[in-house]
Amino acid sequence: MAKILLEMKNITKTFPGVKALDNVNLQVEEGEIHALVGENGAGKSTLMNVLSGIYPHGTYEGDIIYDGQVCRFSNIKDSEKLGIVIIHQELALVPEMTIGENMYLGNECGHKYAIDWNKTYSEADKYLKMVGLSESSKVQVKTIGTGKQQLVEIAKALAKKARLLILDEPTSSLNEEDSRALLDLMLSFKKQGMTMIIITHKLNEVSYVADKITVIRDGTTIETIDNHGKEPVSEERIIKGMVGREMTNRFPKREGVKIGDVEMEVSHWTVHHPLYPERKVVDDVSLYVRKGEVVGIYGLMGAGRTELAMSIFGQSYGVNFSGELKLNGKHVKLKKSEADAIRHKIAYVTEDRKGNGLVLSQSIKVNTSLANLDAISSHTVIDGDKEYAVAEEYREKLRIKTPSVEQLVGNLSGGNQQKVLLAKWMFAEPDVLLLDEPTRGIDVGAKYEIYCIINDLAAAGKCVVLISSELPEVLGMSDRIYIMNEARIVGEMKAEEATQENIMQVILRSGRGA
Amino acid sequence: MTMSVMDHTSPNGKQTVSEFMQKYKVGAFFQKYTMTLALVVVTIVFYFWPGKQGQILQPSMITGLIAENAYVFVLATGMLLCILTGGNIDLSVGSVVCFTAAVGCTMMASGANMWLTVLVMLLIGLAIGAFQGFWIAKLKVPAFIATLAGMYAFRGFTNVVLNGLRVDITNQSFLDVFGNGKTSYIPDVMRTWFPGLNDTFTKDNAFLSGLIGPNFVTKFNVTCMCIALIAAVVFVVFKVRKILVQKKLGISQSVPGQIVSTVLIAALTVWLGFQLACYRGFPMVLIWIALVLGIYAYVTTKTAMGRHLYAVGGNEKATALSGVKTRNVYWFAYANIGLLAGLAGILTAGRAKGIDPVYGEGYEMDAIASCFIGGASAYGGTGKVSGMIIGALLMGVINKGMMIVGVDANYQKVVKGIVLLIAVMFDVLSKRQKR
Repeated sequence: MAKILLEMKNITKTFPGVKALDNVNLQVEEGEIHALVGENGAGKSTLMNVLSGIYPHGTYEGDIIYDGQVCRFSNIKDSEKLGIVIIHQELALVPEMTIGENMYLGNECGHKYAIDWNKTYSEADKYLKMVGLSESSKVQVKTIGTGKQQLVEIAKALAKKARLLILDEPTSSLNEEDSRALLDLMLSFKKQGMTMIIITHKLNEVSYVADKITVIRDGTTIETIDNHGKEPVSEERIIKGMVGREMTNRFPKREGVKIGDVEMEVSHWTVHHPLYPERKVVDDVSLYVRKGEVVGIYGLMGAGRTELAMSIFGQSYGVNFSGELKLNGKHVKLKKSEADAIRHKIAYVTEDRKGNGLVLSQSIKVNTSLANLDAISSHTVIDGDKEYAVAEEYREKLRIKTPSVEQLVGNLSGGNQQKVLLAKWMFAEPDVLLLDEPTRGIDVGAKYEIYCIINDLAAAGKCVVLISSELPEVLGMSDRIYIMNEARIVGEMKAEEATQENIMQVILRSGRGA
Repeated sequence: MTMSVMDHTSPNGKQTVSEFMQKYKVGAFFQKYTMTLALVVVTIVFYFWPGKQGQILQPSMITGLIAENAYVFVLATGMLLCILTGGNIDLSVGSVVCFTAAVGCTMMASGANMWLTVLVMLLIGLAIGAFQGFWIAKLKVPAFIATLAGMYAFRGFTNVVLNGLRVDITNQSFLDVFGNGKTSYIPDVMRTWFPGLNDTFTKDNAFLSGLIGPNFVTKFNVTCMCIALIAAVVFVVFKVRKILVQKKLGISQSVPGQIVSTVLIAALTVWLGFQLACYRGFPMVLIWIALVLGIYAYVTTKTAMGRHLYAVGGNEKATALSGVKTRNVYWFAYANIGLLAGLAGILTAGRAKGIDPVYGEGYEMDAIASCFIGGASAYGGTGKVSGMIIGALLMGVINKGMMIVGVDANYQKVVKGIVLLIAVMFDVLSKRQKR
């Protein structure tokens, strides 16, 4: 048995009113990849913040034993000195600065008052090569994609001489291809003896990469599963630990929904990039949606899915539009106005709920009514009681967990925020809902509830366009699937005939052709 | 029994205090009412200042406080809407106040009708606001810069209009309605309608004389007292109705807390009416202030436009994607503050009985400070008219108090600066604790 590098014993951390961690135990062997899974709010990030010294010694109970010694970190610098480096979920890079500057930010080479730039850049280049990046470290971070930025974060961690690397949802904003590359990089680091802890929601990644899996639920460790058996641990097995019950079906069945006539039809839809008008972000796309139908649009990140949806929604993205939009068989001349799209009963539920979807500093009530204030007001004066009743109605309907609809949205968990966002658009009473990554970054239980809502919408005769980069989700939820790659629709399949393999094949083939 | 309790609590005194604080939500209370408490504390300190006891709450002082700060209330209301859109401020209001006043005074000096002049002043303010708003909303010039330009330009225009000289107002009815002189009060119509009151309110009436005080009883303004009583009753009725509706809908808000605050505000209203009645009665400027505060409290909380102001400040992209024309929200906020600057110009000219080319300098800063002391976020999206009122009152009371106590005018500014800094620090700290 290998040596135990890190042991966290009986960690208890209380915030005013809540016990975030309750006697959590974690053992990590040297040279292994240890996955930490659990629903949102289970306490994974809190545990890692305790480990890295963000919550200093004294604010929690229990012991951290690292490399045989009891550690008392009072800040991040202390833990980094021992080689414990955490890469946070949200990228912590300054876009305007170069890769090299970013990598040594707060850790500058040379003297404090005389930075050694030659050393900075040559060292940075060395680490970039290790993570497989060919970019020069003198390139500005904003010019490279998210996938590469994530690699820069890792290179930055390596530059800090990491021995124990903690990755908090490293692939949450990466497409499948980049995610796979990242996981393979982790495996190659493992061969070189690096120890890693990965926090992730994507269970397929867990079984692919992890040696051991620790499940945390409601602030306590439930179990640690060994992933060295002949068969990789099944996702169902992990989910069982996470939610405390067997989830036989991750996608609720949609039964007896009658699919009606074509509600929305888009033909030869072309949109250009707002900053580089010569570049097409949506290229000659044609698609249709029937009443009561859930249509999946699958594509890798950057395939133009979001751009397509937003351009249909009142041309809220892009320039130089061309193409035709028909609603209920009637040709519609859409103006460049979101309000106009809402009037035509189209709703776009954004993938970026915090950035583009919700007003976090306002209550659930205010957010719910925002897209359809007219419905609860007369002569622009809001009827507060009506508004409250509406918010209550949707809170119950969508089972938003909150003490009151006066609660600020910023205080809710990701899954509940997503439900508020859905409530807002359902209240706008659309016929066509463009759902862009509706389950991103939310836990399994909340995902299931969102799927149920989607089914209810379809049953009510609405058209649902489900945009997702999670293949199982698209396969599990859609009646029909469009496959998008490099701004074009490259394939269309019925749900019955679609499999992971043939969808990936379509994408790969189209990529070669272009 | 008692002993054992003592034994338990004494070593863990801290814990019991924190338990107490959690149980009664002391922390949340302090966080919500920090500035209100500060206002109370500051008032008490000045009230008991050795040698100056009780002066700060003299009827004449209170009337003066309202009159001197009329422009602050009006401008801060407009400023609050701008700040809500995302911490944007309007630096030009001081100059716009002076410019509209200059135009108005010049018009009246050449014999123009008073109400026509008022209308022109408001329209000029609105036009200037709309013009600046156009640059900010449509051409996306940063608000700070667009209004900085306005600050210079309209100060310059003022000098052009006034030729660098003071213009006096001779129109007495203008001064009566918007001014601050002895005649700028609601006349005591009750005494005219019921002449018997004159015989009742005498020093010989032991009850009234005891209640009001022998110095005030003969000229006690009954009308003013009635207005305050009616206002208090109306307020209580509306509040009770609101609480009942909330109860019916099952909205879980602390009912005892609401009752306490309702009673307190009603009592304050009556008290204020009493104090004013003891001096000269209900000042005309208070009508304008109350009107502005009332209208905008309503606009910010009950109308779609108010909602849009908060939403834009909270998350502009999300608001745009909800079908709101966000640029128009900015335009509204800036056109609106122009209009209110016009009104502030009217009040300033009325109070000063004329206009000097340097009037209005620094007004923008008073307005901005009131909003931030009153809890508006420097990033937009949060802030209330009620908070702003507290902020403006706090500044006003400190000014008045320092004057009574006799603090050097130069140090008064230092104190104001420190108050602003501490107020915002409290705000930031209390919000950080929450996380």
